[in-house]
Amino acid sequence: MSASLAAPAPGGFGRMTLRLVLIGAVLVLAMLPALNRLPADSALHVSDFIVTVTGKWITYAILALAIDLAWGYAGILSLGHGAFFALGGYAIGMHLMRLIGPRGVYGHPTLPDFMVFLGYQELPWYWLGFDHFPFAILMAVAVPGLLAGVVGYLAFRSRITGVYLSIITQALTYALMLAFFRNDMGFGGNNGFTDFKELLGMPLNTQAARSALFYASLLLLLGALWLCSSITKSKLGRVLVAIRDAESRVRFLGYDVTQHKLFVFVLSAMIAGLAGALYVPQVGIINPGEFSPGNSIEAVIWVAVGGRGTLVGALLGAFSVNALKTWLTTVAPGLWLFALGGLFVAVTLFLPRGLIGLFSKAPK
Amino acid sequence: MSEPVLYLDGVSVVFDGFRALNNLSLIVDAGELRAIIGPNGAGKTTMMDVITGKTRPTAGVVRFREHDLTKLDEATIANLGIGRKFQKPTMFDALTVFENLELALKAPRGPLACLRWTLTGEAHRRIEGVMEEVGLASRSGDRAAILSHGQRQWLEIGMLLMQDPELLLVDEPVAGMTDQETEHTAALLVRIAGERSVVVVEHDLEFVRALGSKVTVLCEGSMLSEGSIDHVQNDPRVIEVYLGR
Repeated sequence: MSASLAAPAPGGFGRMTLRLVLIGAVLVLAMLPALNRLPADSALHVSDFIVTVTGKWITYAILALAIDLAWGYAGILSLGHGAFFALGGYAIGMHLMRLIGPRGVYGHPTLPDFMVFLGYQELPWYWLGFDHFPFAILMAVAVPGLLAGVVGYLAFRSRITGVYLSIITQALTYALMLAFFRNDMGFGGNNGFTDFKELLGMPLNTQAARSALFYASLLLLLGALWLCSSITKSKLGRVLVAIRDAESRVRFLGYDVTQHKLFVFVLSAMIAGLAGALYVPQVGIINPGEFSPGNSIEAVIWVAVGGRGTLVGALLGAFSVNALKTWLTTVAPGLWLFALGGLFVAVTLFLPRGLIGLFSKAPK
Repeated sequence: MSEPVLYLDGVSVVFDGFRALNNLSLIVDAGELRAIIGPNGAGKTTMMDVITGKTRPTAGVVRFREHDLTKLDEATIANLGIGRKFQKPTMFDALTVFENLELALKAPRGPLACLRWTLTGEAHRRIEGVMEEVGLASRSGDRAAILSHGQRQWLEIGMLLMQDPELLLVDEPVAGMTDQETEHTAALLVRIAGERSVVVVEHDLEFVRALGSKVTVLCEGSMLSEGSIDHVQNDPRVIEVYLGR
């Protein structure tokens, strides 16, 4: 009974091989923090830089998964997913700021430095609760989810699709960027948050904290991959593909398309928020630049390069484009934007199914 | 049997001053097979749009059993038991024949219900039964994209059957079909009617004759004539606007 249900096998490369490669990649990643502990003169030693940068890429890969679930499967091209990522980052950033306590430059017992500087007398009400880690994590999921819920409901109910929806999401992240740049928003204005000290009792600039954050990111990546693949393999996944390809036909089959799109959009925003919450402690800073429309577009390019509509493709895209970026911005910083644009054009023209298309035959 | 399934009375649809439907009335009984013919622009497709909630009428009554269809959206109307086959076959090319039918199968439609959905033996048998009925049993695992034109039409009829509707609206099912496929389709629709009401919009008069059903002729948004195929073919008004040309 399952034989007729199985999705068309990716052919050439084979489902089994793909799974083995994936497991291998995860194992290699999982070893990085351990290799970091080897003495610096050991041949297998991995630098702090590699661990931090890979940990950052993992959070990018989670963002890519979230975008692929909405775009590759349900056809919702969001050009504002960076906003959900940044909101998750700000939520954990608020927690990290609260944990600094009296160790700030001004030594104020509760207020973060920027608030003392701006003349705040007490914490704004929306900062309450952020001294608790579980609350901050909850907000890192709930705020992006709620925002996606409101925007998605209004857009999907009015049947705004395609490029119009993309423009709305782009405007959303741009508006948030402008808002967060304002000092009186209470989020540190253009400097954002930085100078974090510790998280869950671990000083952030230690090897232990780096590997803990790295493993937390890797676990979240695996969790998100499991969640997304259980969706895409279910009938819900097939409904989403059907919505992507012929939305009005799905309505005439009796499906409430708005509900399905909203479900996947909100879930995708929540995953992006969590990814942002793991990103910020690893890079040590969050500022309104994270909301810039360019970031969201870049994340969509990762997915396009890797291969949208396949979860592994999204991961492949996030890692390979960011590896290229890290290398290229070191050797020739001025070239990066040209390379990114060229890559996008090249993939669109020559590899419509993305890098993953190189490894698997086109379905019949 | 006397209670009509579909009841349209005085329905008008005006697009920017153009009357696509003009005071149209139509009654379809339970289990009835009805053919609707008419020249291009007669309002056939607009009528289907009104019944399925895609277009709101400017005036008039549209009822399906006791439900007022002018106040409901497409998904709700579909779930009440009205299935529609489009003029241009529309299905999900990326999915297989089996998966297309599975999506159409009557089952809870919410996102979480779809996520938890598992294919039971009974559902599996129903899908296989419908594949058998529309002649696609051997194509179960093929993607819809590679089916021939005729097979796509049948798959779409199959998707209608999976919804287990009380009323099927079938828009030009045999356009572009070979004679043999046309015959096959007529037999299929005749078989389906009886348990359900079927409304077929078609241009092909040979096909309509093969259905052997009551025929309604539409012209300029209103009903022009109604009766057996011989009756309407001999109606001088019909000959003038449609058949005579």
